[in-house]
Amino acid sequence: MRLQGAGVSEGIGIGFAYVLQEHAIDVSKKDAGPEEGYRFSKAAEALSRILGERAAAVDKERAEILESHIMLLRDPVLLSDVEKMITDERCNGEYAVNAVFEAYAELFRQSGDELLSMRADDMRDIKNNLLAVMNGYALPDLSVLPKDSILTAEELTTSAAACIDEALVNGFVAAKGGTTSHMAIIARSMGLPAVVGVGGIAHGDRLIINGGTGEIIVNPSQAELAEYRSLMEGRRRERQALEKYRGMPTETSDGRQVELYANIGLEADILKASQADADGVGLFRTEFLFMNRSAAPSEEEQFAVYKKAALAFGKRPVIIRTLDIGGDKEIPYLGLEKEENPFLGWRAIRYCADREELFAAQLRAILRASAFGTIKIMLPMIADLRELRYARSLIRRLCGELAAQGIAFGQNIAVGIMVETPAAALLAGAFAKEADFFSIGTNDLTQYVMAVDRGNQKVAKLYSAYNPAVLRLIYHVSQEARRHNIPCGICGEAGSDPLLTRFFVGCGISELSMASACVLEIRSIIRQTAYADAKAMIDASVEQLADVEDSMALLQGLESGQPLRTSPLGQTNRQVISSPGSWS
Amino acid sequence: MLRRQITINNPSGLHMRPAGVFVKAATPFQSAVSFDIRGHTYNAKSMINVLSAAVKRGDEIELRIEGEDEQACMDAVVSAIESGLGE
Repeated sequence: MRLQGAGVSEGIGIGFAYVLQEHAIDVSKKDAGPEEGYRFSKAAEALSRILGERAAAVDKERAEILESHIMLLRDPVLLSDVEKMITDERCNGEYAVNAVFEAYAELFRQSGDELLSMRADDMRDIKNNLLAVMNGYALPDLSVLPKDSILTAEELTTSAAACIDEALVNGFVAAKGGTTSHMAIIARSMGLPAVVGVGGIAHGDRLIINGGTGEIIVNPSQAELAEYRSLMEGRRRERQALEKYRGMPTETSDGRQVELYANIGLEADILKASQADADGVGLFRTEFLFMNRSAAPSEEEQFAVYKKAALAFGKRPVIIRTLDIGGDKEIPYLGLEKEENPFLGWRAIRYCADREELFAAQLRAILRASAFGTIKIMLPMIADLRELRYARSLIRRLCGELAAQGIAFGQNIAVGIMVETPAAALLAGAFAKEADFFSIGTNDLTQYVMAVDRGNQKVAKLYSAYNPAVLRLIYHVSQEARRHNIPCGICGEAGSDPLLTRFFVGCGISELSMASACVLEIRSIIRQTAYADAKAMIDASVEQLADVEDSMALLQGLESGQPLRTSPLGQTNRQVISSPGSWS
Repeated sequence: MLRRQITINNPSGLHMRPAGVFVKAATPFQSAVSFDIRGHTYNAKSMINVLSAAVKRGDEIELRIEGEDEQACMDAVVSAIESGLGE
């Protein structure tokens, strides 16, 4: 049987479903005697002891989560609130625990304080554990799972996740949650596959999960198992073969250096990226900090995250993209409403310029964090020079304010733009005089150049970064950047497309940013590329590219190192190359 | 009874981790330890109370400590706050 969910953490996992039971415990009000108070305090003690034992067995960061739960379980006010309710209302312990913990959770949730509202989940987590212990249920112990488990749950709680022994788990499946759910974040930090939005899996079911596609095969056939095992083995071998490139410089066979950067979005990605042998962070997507919450993150909260990234990378640059958000995301507190054309609407720099207070808080947090490392600011969705000038003048003003307040910030922070609108690409020469760097956002550039929403299946086949219109614009932008002597990078999915790597290098692109997992593969390609040959081939043919097949001929020519026949381009190659679209 | 005004300078105020350090500093003493902010009084030995106070960076709280070991307790709590509550 095949199920389709949403993949939230890459990779393939094969194993057996370990279903985390949620006990349905009756919390309705019943008449009861004072012995309920004793039953409650015994359960709180027992739970503290269990959590204490588990905290002793895990690393410091995870132990702190468990210890904070223990402190709450020993809290004199919380304990007396529950005990008082049991005495005053002569009720059962379950009712009192549920009522008191829910009341605090609700108070926290509605506090308007971002950090405090997150504690609501902790209160519910502790409550559920307490109710389980009061009713004689054992807490799931995720440190002693059978080997090859695939953890399956409604949702994974903090206290359960903090105890997981990674060596025993091959993946995660949850009924609820999204990319930014707790489980997704944990799965990515462990490098394990995860799929959400799938329920109805039975304990012990054999599962194959694909965290890239969101596909789950329940009780697969021998043939399917063999297929996925060989796929996993193939990936493992490839990864192993690439390991020899770890620590090597990223340079072409004729000695041209290219920087390989990691894309990050969540705080948990920082560590992964800093361990992935990347030369820095090419794209820090800050919008995740603003999602799934009820108020914007404060300057302090943002500062803490940006500072962490700056410290993790030290001298290596961290390029932070300011808030890139619009009507395609529903974030009530930002006042973004559904728009008919969200990608042509009030988003990114256009939105930030109108919400200067929000924008200034983010910029101040970035400027302050830049005192701790090498941070650069990247402005998204720039289409008009006035937008760049506005942002630069705001940044200058904020630097002045910080200086006047005696708050440390990095001097001369670089301010660059995402080149993702056709307007910015065509005017690259003008923008290059005022921006400190370019980063070509290939996903949006392709979308805007081709006028295609790639989420729309009816037109998605038109969406291709290989379209000559896209490649020629990238070439143009990179030439203008060189002419004005500013760095030009690529972020977006094309940055990790091995077929495009030699093209970018030959265009003179100086930085490629990608998911951390792709760094070694792209480095291996660059080390096998001769920059001068690639440049010559591209300079000779890029202006003549007319259709996707021409592009493919060029890209494959770059790969094989065989010079192309001149015009008409690649007549012979055409016959052997299959078209990527279905145009027949 | 001892009273003292003190400013909380932790970047995110008294959230989970610094709140825990604060409570741990007050708990070993016999004295009753509380603090006032925005017109409410909170028990400094209660994590849930300290969290509920939602103390932010730059907020000034008034510590009130009463009991036999009040001076030692005040010294310990103030020194914990001044050294950044573990942050």
